[in-house]
Amino acid sequence: MAGFGIVTGADNWFSALALGVTLLKCLLIPTYHSTDFEVHRNWLAITHSLPISQWYYEATSEWTLDYPPFFAWFEYVLSHVAKYFDPEMLNVHNLNYSSSRTLLFQRFSVIFTDVLFVYAVHECCKCIDGKKAGKELTEKPKFILSVLLLWNFGLLIVDHIHFQYNGFLFGLMLLSIARLFQKRHMEGAFLFAVLLHFKHIYLYVAPAYGVYLLRSYCFTANKPDGSIRWNSFNFIRVISLGLVVFLVSALSLGPFLALNQLPQVFSRLFPFKRGLCHAYWAPNFWALYNALDKVLSVIGLKWKLLDPGKIPKASMTSGLVQQFQHTVLPSVTPLATLICTLIAILPSIFCLWFKPQGARGFLRCLILCALSSFMFGWHVHEKAILLAILPMSLLSVGKAGDASIFLILTTTGHYSLFPLLFTAPELPIKILLMLLFTIYSISSLKTLFRKEKPLFNWMETFYLLGLGPLEVCCEFVFPFTSWKLKYPFIPLLLTSVYCAVGITYAWFKLYVSVLTDPPVGKTKKQ
Amino acid sequence: MEKWYLMTVVVLIGLTVRWTVSLNSYSGAGKPPMFGDYEAQRHWQEITFNLPIKQWYFNSSDNNLQYWGLDYPPLTAYHSLLCAYVAKFINPDWIALHTSRGYESETHKLFMRTTVLVADLLIYIPAVVLYCGYLKEISTKKKIANALCILLYPGLILIDYGHFQNTYNSVSLGFALWGILGVSCDWDLLGSLAFCLAINYKQMELYHSLPFFCFLLGKCFQKGLKGKGFVLLIKLACTVVASFTLCWLPFFTEREQSLQVLRRLFPVDRGLFEDKVANIWCSFSVILKIKDILPHHIQLIISFFFTFLSLLPACIKLLLQPSPKGFRFTLVSCALSFFLFSFQVHEKSILLVSLPVCLVLNEIPFMSTWFLLVSTFSMLPLLLKDELLVPSVVTVVAFFVACATSFSIFEKTSEEELQLKSFSSSVRKYLPRFTFLPRIIQCLFFISVITMVLLTSITATLDPPQKLPDLFSVLVCFVSCLNFLFFWVYFNIIIMWDSKDARNQKKTN
Repeated sequence: MAGFGIVTGADNWFSALALGVTLLKCLLIPTYHSTDFEVHRNWLAITHSLPISQWYYEATSEWTLDYPPFFAWFEYVLSHVAKYFDPEMLNVHNLNYSSSRTLLFQRFSVIFTDVLFVYAVHECCKCIDGKKAGKELTEKPKFILSVLLLWNFGLLIVDHIHFQYNGFLFGLMLLSIARLFQKRHMEGAFLFAVLLHFKHIYLYVAPAYGVYLLRSYCFTANKPDGSIRWNSFNFIRVISLGLVVFLVSALSLGPFLALNQLPQVFSRLFPFKRGLCHAYWAPNFWALYNALDKVLSVIGLKWKLLDPGKIPKASMTSGLVQQFQHTVLPSVTPLATLICTLIAILPSIFCLWFKPQGARGFLRCLILCALSSFMFGWHVHEKAILLAILPMSLLSVGKAGDASIFLILTTTGHYSLFPLLFTAPELPIKILLMLLFTIYSISSLKTLFRKEKPLFNWMETFYLLGLGPLEVCCEFVFPFTSWKLKYPFIPLLLTSVYCAVGITYAWFKLYVSVLTDPPVGKTKKQ
Repeated sequence: MEKWYLMTVVVLIGLTVRWTVSLNSYSGAGKPPMFGDYEAQRHWQEITFNLPIKQWYFNSSDNNLQYWGLDYPPLTAYHSLLCAYVAKFINPDWIALHTSRGYESETHKLFMRTTVLVADLLIYIPAVVLYCGYLKEISTKKKIANALCILLYPGLILIDYGHFQNTYNSVSLGFALWGILGVSCDWDLLGSLAFCLAINYKQMELYHSLPFFCFLLGKCFQKGLKGKGFVLLIKLACTVVASFTLCWLPFFTEREQSLQVLRRLFPVDRGLFEDKVANIWCSFSVILKIKDILPHHIQLIISFFFTFLSLLPACIKLLLQPSPKGFRFTLVSCALSFFLFSFQVHEKSILLVSLPVCLVLNEIPFMSTWFLLVSTFSMLPLLLKDELLVPSVVTVVAFFVACATSFSIFEKTSEEELQLKSFSSSVRKYLPRFTFLPRIIQCLFFISVITMVLLTSITATLDPPQKLPDLFSVLVCFVSCLNFLFFWVYFNIIIMWDSKDARNQKKTN
């Protein structure tokens, strides 16, 4: 009866949306899963059957534990439920073990932990005041936002088909953002610190958190022109913030410090031995750089400017090998990417410091940090684009300009996830879900901002429509051509370069809008 | 009109659910020597592609009718042939004569599933979308919600995409829906053409034929048999005869051909019922084994007699007062009568009742949702056999949530919403204190749902006692049958007490 009550209550749309997507996730159980499934099974086994001192040393499987300690503890907790499903999956030596009960347990563990994500979305919807619009439920910003987050295409396919635990991690992040919006800064900081010890990829957005908390929480007042009032510095706040972060870190890393294993843990967390780009180039700046290098080398060979003997062989099959050697342009080192990333992040940080615009400004800075590190980072995964897409959803229902950037970023970012699912039975699913999300997001935001200028100019429309023919070429036409054997990497290359253009454009546009936006104080006066 | 993007979203959700269900197992997967309905469909592709049309329905050394012989009308056979041409293009092994028996592979499964999706996308889904768009007197939002609920109806999805029925229900029901749509919009010729196609795709569509006949004849009467009505009648007759002739043309060359097809379509020498089905005969045989006691032809006569009697009142009413609304309700009650009382009924035939019930979802949301839940539940033994428990539970819950949120069904249980107002007021003439009907119905709903949940969990988790291996499936059938009988009474009451005055009153209000 209680269930009926929830479903039929007056304000029931949120639970219906959440329940609906949960059921869809359950339907995705029998779909293909990647090696990440085995990775997480192995971690369950490691944490369950070995003492802590061996967690970061165990190397029976090639998928060693390379997430921070909280995630290891998370797997430890899960493993105590897993043993009731199938104890065999908890054996470290049972490599590639996947019984039907293991599958059920692992899939349901992702679905179940997503409860945190649902709660976080609920909190976000409460604190985001989007544009005021019509009375119709489907035109309310809150409704649109919760669909954009709960039914996010990327999260669905990465977590529930490809298999990963991003749902609850993003839940933590959205929850901490929501707390900052609600002015509960300490809670936000605490949640983010916890998140960092779950998965260290969130370090990319840490600068935004640090600077925002320092500027808008530790300094309690501004001068009338918006610049900083140095004497308003609040020592107690700084110390309590520091204490929270320190305590969380101590809880996480303390045991390993006591065991004298910190260097080993860090060497697992930050493997710099991998190449600049993943096997499939994430659609970022380096994808464009590699493509340019490729074009130049082809031109060079044609015009006899390059010596064919000197060209490294690997570059001819680029996209399939981990190491990509540049032929014309200089090779890129990890240090170079780090410097590029820092330079890309800096302006947004400055903006956050000198032009504080409250929590909204922080959110923009966070997105820019995530996007910039995606653009210039070392060995970036295409999945990392979700780090920018999900927070960007919060902005999209507020302003028409942001909505337009969001739509370009999301559509191209999601399309760039397509190569993750390459098996035939999943082809219809990814196309249908992508269409579902894209049509919904574009149409609903267009309806929301119908009184303002159109969201896209002709160039952007043309670019987005181009994704359709691209998909047809890559997955329906190309496999039947004779090039399939000779140049198998072409679809991946085309996809990543095409998407890189869109994402770079969105990054640039967002940067311009952040830098040119007048500070809050001035807009109020006008 | 701005909200039509939501309709696209709804259709995409329906398609996604369909495809994800199709990733599960199908009937007879890896179970030689007979396999299941999936193999039947593949076998028909093999037969229709390799043999000349004259041999399709005849037993021969190349066509063993005992092994999934073709027993559906010509359109099904043509559809198989069409699929076979595509199969030939992809992989000729799939339809090689003799050697392809029991062929199973991941790619082949993908191909078969795709044929279902394509048929669904071309015939059933457009019909549903158009039907919901055509609904009058409700807002766009409600139309879209209605489409969502119809597209999410779990019974059809599970049978077509999970179990894999050998005649695609989405095609036959889709054609029938086009027929209903046409007839209700006064495009009578197109409607009857579509319905003829439905019958020629699957003979079970005859369950719907009487309401069509009565409705169209009633329309002719209304227009006056001496003037326009007569012209319409002639036109309709010509359409029906022409479409049947066209479908059966290759079999009309010899008398024996047509007779053989008919013999294959109506296997009267099979028993009163097969397996466990939630109709009267199967449920009654728990008490008395009619199937074994009575001679065969008497069974046939009894079942015919009962069926005829049970659908007579509703049909006469429709004939005298033809209206689109009455037509939809008569479709429900007639199909239900056939399902409950007729000869040789399959458990999957309940889908033929579900389709018209889907169409009245927006008129009586509470009862329709309840019926659709029961109808899916009645196929539980079949779904469990195909290892479709998880998708069944998930889709049923999804459907229930969709109905509950889009129609807020629990707030719509008053006499008026249940369309029982005129009935109870006429009862009140004799029994003045007759006001508790809605409450009884609510109680029955909760009892029914709880029984279904309990039985599902028992069947899924426990092994039946050794002495009674069929205990759970018989229980499922018995419970569903009781529910269906109740629904049959309810729908007949609605039809009989639906008067023009009541409708006029509503309009003036």
